[in-house]
Amino acid sequence: MSTTETLIAPAGSWQLDPVHSQVGFEVAYLSGTFKGQFREFDGRLVVDGNEATLEGTVKVASVDVKDENLAAHLQSPDFFDAEQHPELRFTATQISLDGENVNVRGELTIKGVTRPTEVTGTVAAPLTDAYGRERVGLRLTTTVDRTAFGVSWNIPLPSGEPSLADDVSINAELFFIKA
Amino acid sequence: MRVLAIPGSLRNDSYNAKLLYNSVELFPDDAVLDLWGGLKDVPPYDEDDDGGDAPAAVAELRDAIARADAVLIATPEYNHSIPGQLKNAFDWVSRPIATNPMRNKPVAVIGASTSSFGGVWAQAELRKVLGALGARVLDVELAVPHAHERFDQFGRLTDQNFTEQLAAVVDSIVLAVAERTARLELTA
Repeated sequence: MSTTETLIAPAGSWQLDPVHSQVGFEVAYLSGTFKGQFREFDGRLVVDGNEATLEGTVKVASVDVKDENLAAHLQSPDFFDAEQHPELRFTATQISLDGENVNVRGELTIKGVTRPTEVTGTVAAPLTDAYGRERVGLRLTTTVDRTAFGVSWNIPLPSGEPSLADDVSINAELFFIKA
Repeated sequence: MRVLAIPGSLRNDSYNAKLLYNSVELFPDDAVLDLWGGLKDVPPYDEDDDGGDAPAAVAELRDAIARADAVLIATPEYNHSIPGQLKNAFDWVSRPIATNPMRNKPVAVIGASTSSFGGVWAQAELRKVLGALGARVLDVELAVPHAHERFDQFGRLTDQNFTEQLAAVVDSIVLAVAERTARLELTA
């Protein structure tokens, strides 16, 4: 029988380890899947009693792709509009746990638009590292329709089909260290 | 506030230049409108020439854009698209793409045409080009059809409806500049 009373991590405040964590995205483009990631992000997990809160922010200007012109396009008003909306944000409103499986309901904000979003994944059991620090890991993923957030750029192929898919997977490998 | 106005036509009696002249009195008193008349002097884009010192007309356009808080472009429609010389000018402006002066710049596209559609296809294509440069393309539209019947002997618009639409475009530019200025001051 599953339980939702088990906490996602031991009580306390957990800060994101930015060196080992990763936040990336994948989207179908032309004949394959285009992948990129963000270099700068932050996150916090707080477990207090029976409540757990998770929130994170990502700096749009830190988008990491192989071509500087593409990076500039992604930051332009055609895509994320970094000048007007410098951060992506996720705030969890409900976290439930079933064994190692995690279900997080919250609000995702992209380009100034906030929408309810469900994120799923797994949690790794907490451990103590070689330096005596307590750690817990979360692997999370969600798929969103970018056009619902106003990220609507596209260009048609000669066939008339769009070259860029609307659905984008956002994937996060999060290492937390107890504060 | 400084606005760079660019007519996309080269001829002396251009309807699109007249449209831009009509916008002057609609801006706030403290706004400065620079009407750029160097389009004809821009040479064809050749990457072999795009290194070191840019051609004079290109350098002038890049500087004028960089100094402006917003850009207002009035484009004719040639063969259902943008005039080649106007596209060519923005091909120069766009290099290097990641740092070109149109990036994040508020820009409005309007136009006049002797056709029944007022140059809407050229305007749509120019907005696409400006989006590719990373400009902040304002969601405004003004298409003046049958342009040969819309201006009096002094170059003034004769239809109050178009004057009001032009005023709405100007208001959008003023608002976009104010919002961007406030946003940049906050993050400075």
